[in-house]
Amino acid sequence: MSAVLSVSALAKRYGRKGSTTGRQALHDVSFRLSPGELVAIVGPNGAGKTTLLSIIAAVQAPTAGTVMRAGGAEDPRAGCGVGWVPQSPALYSKLSVAENLELFARLERVSDPHAAVARMLEQTGLAERARDPVGRLSGGNRQRVNLALGLIADPPVLALDEPSASLDPGQRERLWEFLAARVAGGTAVLFSTHNVSEAQRYAHRLLVLSEGRLLFDGPTGALLASSEQGEQGAEGAGGDLERALVRFLEEHAYPEGMP
Amino acid sequence: MSRLLRKDLVILGRSRLLVALLVVYPVAIALLLGFAISRGPARPRVAIVDETTPGETLQLGDQHVAVASYAQRLFDQVQPVRVDTRAEAIEKIDSGAVVAAVILPPGLAARLSSDENQAQLEVLYNGNALEQSIARSTIESALAQANLRFSEQIQTSARKVIDTLLVGGKLTDVGGPEDLLGLEHIPSTLGGIAARQPHGHDREQLERIGDFAGFAAQNLGVASHVLGTIGQPIRVNSVLLHGRRTPLDAFAVVVAVSLSMMLLCVLLAAGAVALEREEHTLARLIRGRPTARGAGDAGASLVSPAGLLAEKTVLAAGSAFVVAFAMLAGIGAFVALDWSRVGLWLLALAVGAVALSALGVAIGALAREVRAASLLAFLTTLPLAFLALVPAGSVSGGFATVIDVISFVFPFKAALEALDTAVNGATPAIGLSLLHLLVLAAAFGALARLGLRHVE
Repeated sequence: MSAVLSVSALAKRYGRKGSTTGRQALHDVSFRLSPGELVAIVGPNGAGKTTLLSIIAAVQAPTAGTVMRAGGAEDPRAGCGVGWVPQSPALYSKLSVAENLELFARLERVSDPHAAVARMLEQTGLAERARDPVGRLSGGNRQRVNLALGLIADPPVLALDEPSASLDPGQRERLWEFLAARVAGGTAVLFSTHNVSEAQRYAHRLLVLSEGRLLFDGPTGALLASSEQGEQGAEGAGGDLERALVRFLEEHAYPEGMP
Repeated sequence: MSRLLRKDLVILGRSRLLVALLVVYPVAIALLLGFAISRGPARPRVAIVDETTPGETLQLGDQHVAVASYAQRLFDQVQPVRVDTRAEAIEKIDSGAVVAAVILPPGLAARLSSDENQAQLEVLYNGNALEQSIARSTIESALAQANLRFSEQIQTSARKVIDTLLVGGKLTDVGGPEDLLGLEHIPSTLGGIAARQPHGHDREQLERIGDFAGFAAQNLGVASHVLGTIGQPIRVNSVLLHGRRTPLDAFAVVVAVSLSMMLLCVLLAAGAVALEREEHTLARLIRGRPTARGAGDAGASLVSPAGLLAEKTVLAAGSAFVVAFAMLAGIGAFVALDWSRVGLWLLALAVGAVALSALGVAIGALAREVRAASLLAFLTTLPLAFLALVPAGSVSGGFATVIDVISFVFPFKAALEALDTAVNGATPAIGLSLLHLLVLAAAFGALARLGLRHVE
């Protein structure tokens, strides 16, 4: 299947060039994303997950490497890039849900903003709260509006930074149902998470980042299998992806023990 | 940009308390400052203990100058609070009812007439260093005024005595005859008598006395003029080099409007930019998009950083322009302003508002959150206003240079000068101030753009 997004030799360094106090956040990261794929990025704190997603969403520029979307400049749709759902909801709290959606629909030059707003209100189950100021919504509903803004222009790729971090179990369940429907419709979804069981349950593929390096790119089953085939005498992960991830990191990133 | 502007106006409209604060607070501060500038200092309350004998006078020739008139001159400069005793005066100072007390001692006239003892008043004051300074300078100024007027009165009496001595007349009060001859007449009178005398020693003596009387009359005439000169040795002739003479109240209007405009522009612009960051919407608005040209292609962002800053500048400058013009028009009902120059007012307000808003967006872009931006805006603007109003030459050279540099690199003083020129014709040309403001607007705009380099 052709890739909808290609990340090639991506690197990011914070701080001035040549500075000794700078930090290399990403090293030579490359992968591809196909339509209808749900990919999880996992790794310890400071691994570079948010940096990678924010570069893909073009919030910041890479130091080296490229992020190419299929179609590129030839795609006539103005809002057809990457939908961005940051971890902290990026919303105007004094505007209503509908006003937030309509503003960004117009800024994204969506051909029929009213229809797009109505569609997102319906899909996110916020139609009854459309006139409520965002500032009065619960955390879960704010995250739903945040998600709706990322999808308002119907992008082929959606990048989400820890989308379920502030949600209760019921809200998380609804979020994944909603994303599954988008994936089924062909949207490629890339999300970061600390919740490995969530990645195990929903993701088709796993990217493991540690200290800015991409250590693993494959299906969750492959990571589990690699754990089972570990050192002789070592206990296998037994189908537990979290345990498999820790063992994988110990083996590949922290041979002298996890920090 | 229009969509963002509409969005910000909707948000402003829903933040009524904020709008009220943004408009009422600067206007209140500006009006207070303007009122303070346009009014001279109030006369201080001073306790007066008058221990002189009632009706005591200083006699000069046939003139009697009442010591009470000196006290009255002093009272004209202050709000006098008459007390009977020194203890009562001290009590009033301690309670804060008066800033100082002046004690007029008994025998003041005798001391004024005496060659040996200079007349002396006693001034009592108290309080902290600032209160002491105010009390001392106020009383010294009042005493100087009273001394000057009393001295003029004494001079007038002295000149009358001298004039009588010169031209003759009545001078009985100082033991003189009813019909004093006058020094000026002695040379001619003596000359006539001497002419009738035979040549010899007596005639020579008469001629010598006549010459002396002539010389004395001449010099006593000069002394009369000298007395007038001593009273006010140098007169002042003021010449304004450029522009028109500006009434203090018209200048106060300009200060009030400029200050209000600065607070509104800087606070609103800084807050509006910082709010985008605080609500995390900045990244969503100005992020680029991965295109065929690569990630972060700024040309494909929803709103360019420069466009976002321009929108915030227009929002703040537009709001401040409306409020400032309304203030000018409102105050114009009470203070005579030249409405024929209204075109220049609008130009100065518009350019000044843009430059001040550019300062605001720079603060907002650098501060990153609304509370920090508001604090930084206040910390920046209030000293700027204070420094811009420090009169040139009232501080030492080094500090004056620092003030000049600060006033030059921030837009408040230039905005004040432009508006003063537009409203009062304070200087002949407004172009230089406007150009200065436009350059500062570009510089602060560039600084704000740098501040938006990292959006997350």
